[in-house]
Amino acid sequence: MDSSHLNETATVTDPNPESRTSSEAAAGRPGPTISFGAEGGAKSLKPAREDGNVKLEELHAYYGSNHAVRGVSLGFPAGKVTAIIGPSGCGKSTMVRCINRMHEEIPGARAEGKVMLDEIDLYDPRIDIVAVRRSVGMVFQKPNPFPTMSVIDNVTAGLRLTGASRGEMDDRGREALVGAGLWDEVKDRLKGPGTGLSGGQQQRLCIARALAVNPEVMLMDEPCSALDPVATLKIEELIGELKQRVTIVIVTHNMQQAARVADTTAFMLGGELVEVGATDKLFTNPDDDRTEQYVTGKFG
Amino acid sequence: MSPGESHALMLDRGNLKRRNRVNRLVTVSSTIAALFAVAVLLIVVGSVLSKGIGALSIHFLTTPTGLFGDTSGGISNAIVGTVIIVAIAAAMAIPVGLLVAIYTTEFAPTRIGHVVRFALDLLNGVPTIITGIFVYGLIVIPQKHQSGFAASVALAIIMLPIVARTAQEVLTLVPATLKEAAHALGIARWRTTVRVTLPTAAGGLMTGALLAVARVAGETAPLILLCSIFAPGVLTEPSEGLASIPIFIFQSSESPSPEAHTQAWAAALVLIAFVLVLNIVARAFYARSRKRMGA
Amino acid sequence: MEAGALSDPVLRARRNLPDRIGDPLLRGLSGLAAALAVVVLVAIAYEVAHLAWPAISKFGIGFLTTNDWNPVTERFGAAPFIYGTVVTSTIALLFAAPLSIAISIYLTELAPARLRRPVATLVDMLAAIPSVILGLWGILVLGPFMNDTIEPALKSVFGFLPIFSGDPSAFSYLTAALILTIMTTPIITSVTREVFETVPGDLKEASYALGATRWEMVRQVVLPYSRAGIVGAVILGLGRAIGEAIAVAQVIGGASVIHASLFHTGSTMAAQIAAQFQGAPGALQQPALAYLGLILLAFALIVNVVARLIVQRGGFKDTDITPTEVEAL
Repeated sequence: MDSSHLNETATVTDPNPESRTSSEAAAGRPGPTISFGAEGGAKSLKPAREDGNVKLEELHAYYGSNHAVRGVSLGFPAGKVTAIIGPSGCGKSTMVRCINRMHEEIPGARAEGKVMLDEIDLYDPRIDIVAVRRSVGMVFQKPNPFPTMSVIDNVTAGLRLTGASRGEMDDRGREALVGAGLWDEVKDRLKGPGTGLSGGQQQRLCIARALAVNPEVMLMDEPCSALDPVATLKIEELIGELKQRVTIVIVTHNMQQAARVADTTAFMLGGELVEVGATDKLFTNPDDDRTEQYVTGKFG
Repeated sequence: MSPGESHALMLDRGNLKRRNRVNRLVTVSSTIAALFAVAVLLIVVGSVLSKGIGALSIHFLTTPTGLFGDTSGGISNAIVGTVIIVAIAAAMAIPVGLLVAIYTTEFAPTRIGHVVRFALDLLNGVPTIITGIFVYGLIVIPQKHQSGFAASVALAIIMLPIVARTAQEVLTLVPATLKEAAHALGIARWRTTVRVTLPTAAGGLMTGALLAVARVAGETAPLILLCSIFAPGVLTEPSEGLASIPIFIFQSSESPSPEAHTQAWAAALVLIAFVLVLNIVARAFYARSRKRMGA
Repeated sequence: MEAGALSDPVLRARRNLPDRIGDPLLRGLSGLAAALAVVVLVAIAYEVAHLAWPAISKFGIGFLTTNDWNPVTERFGAAPFIYGTVVTSTIALLFAAPLSIAISIYLTELAPARLRRPVATLVDMLAAIPSVILGLWGILVLGPFMNDTIEPALKSVFGFLPIFSGDPSAFSYLTAALILTIMTTPIITSVTREVFETVPGDLKEASYALGATRWEMVRQVVLPYSRAGIVGAVILGLGRAIGEAIAVAQVIGGASVIHASLFHTGSTMAAQIAAQFQGAPGALQQPALAYLGLILLAFALIVNVVARLIVQRGGFKDTDITPTEVEAL
């Protein structure tokens, strides 16, 4: 292999460069090939699996000398919801932030190991970090719509970055709002300020914003902890609908929530993955003692 | 996620490269901008240093200015004059500024506090030449002559908002719990202020005072109107005109003679060194006071 | 409370003389000081108007548009100096604003953590240079450079424009404008930086999480959020620029008529006062200069108030628009 190609960012040649909606994709259009190297370069790899599988392999994360995530290997299957639970400071947020490489934005923070998204290592130095975040979206604990933008501008904020056309932005914006269950509530106030909505609506706006760029994975870092129970329930329902489109990883300190929404649950303690398994099993008959102590409320 | 959905991982419609290019361009431009500012600073200070160091000598520092363009003299009278003018100004501005700050942080009802703060802000924005005109009308005209004291009054007015505003900021940083503890012990308000609040804030207050002094030591505009005519020799009487370093630099810079220019650079070097040292000491006080207050 | 408590000797003893008068004394003294601050401000406006009165009554409002300044014929007008002030300040801001914003972006988002404090300090130090020294440097270093290099270059490329016509000169509107650029950049940078630092981190995170590059994040989040603050900062810089008397007087040459070419000498309100006030002969010249001062004062106060309003309307209610020197540390 000509090693000069190793310095190029990986690019994709897509035989169908028009925007894809999930319905089109479901109709089975062939996906693009990935080549490392200059456009049309020497090598190409075909994706082998269903899209949206995430696998962590021996992931370590540090804040300076603080070893916050210790050798976690964990898979998040496509089309499913996985919850991460554990006491404060166990590293669950940090681990999740490594998936979309937000962890390294913090000065002095670094990560080692592999984060595989469908056979591509997101930490491969050839991969552009901006591209990673298009494929792995994130919703934060506190709703954070952009205060200087209207509702519709908020939703299309990510799309605007890739130079999408006005019409395309409007279409995908609406689609995202529908997907987030917010369309009916805001369709008459698309031009109103993003911050003019209630807390729960703002969070769904943030979900719509993340959905609009068509990611394969959605990370949610305690998305309901700042919301009232009614809003929380709405979002949990949404998660159930969304998992067909995006692989969902949700960090939560609320075990009942994990029990309600997640197919699989992982329990972390002190930076390590203690146990992972089907949610029912983890809560009713865990393998590890520490898991049992946590889920029965003995600590945490 | 359904199979066949685009492996959007690197899909960018070709504009990711452009976006990265733009990002790089902006990064480079703003770095250049910052370097440019630093470069200008270094060039100016460098000029002063390189052109002034030659004329800087003990003779220069200890001899008064020569008469009528005689460049064989020095700046001893200017140094003495500046010290006296600034010292009197500071003696006026610092206590008053401090009192204003005490009033707005301890006693003033909110609305009055806003009014005073607003007035201080406006005062801060008054061009210094205008302050010069004010004091000219206030003091020079009735007395029919310029004086170091008039210059001090103008400088004090310029210093006042600086001292008051930084004192305000520092006083509000003093933890309320300290004051509450004192009040709970039955200590009178004025005592609390004098024996608890002020000492705790002392470092920051010192900083504000030093920065205000550094600011007015180089202030020339009011001096031109109020204290630019003076007798030769080293004078110390503030009711008469006094020499000053900024006026020396100004007058020498306007002179056509290269020797005068060299003297101007040397005096500038002295002034910059003075201002720089004050700034550094002020920062040191500030760092210490922040540690004291556990900030 | 029982009367008994007040008659308790221990409690009564505390209210001794120093305590009884201390509180009202401090309150009174400090209140007096605060009143003094306000009074001084008003007094300045009054005194300048008072000194200007002979000229105001003689020339009236027409003073602002009279393009003449002749001490011999005692015909005075402010137009050349208003023109000079506007031209030099505008050019200075045209350069300083983008420069300052770029520097602020660098300092808050792009610079490696270790460099931020040192570079920020160095930029702030630029503001600490006394204006008379900048003027000295302007006369002896920048002026000749403009005369020998920059102005001829501009003339050869853009000489067809009236602003770049005429002969190059060391003392010119352009040189003065550049000196003002140097003086205002640290001020605008300081306030802008402070404003940028108030942008909530979670908004920036949201932008990054959407896949924005660093510049895109700044454009999408930081700049819109800071809009009012940036405008306020620039207007503050304007206030500084119009009020600068000394450095401008040293490099602008002192002509008293309006000239189209930027290479030409000219004057500003502040510089003219500095140049001529002391010892101005004739009954009318000092009042005319005081009249200039009154106009300048009005400009400066209006600019200050506008800056404050814009910043407060923009939601930065608690940001002190003029950064205290302590904050700048």
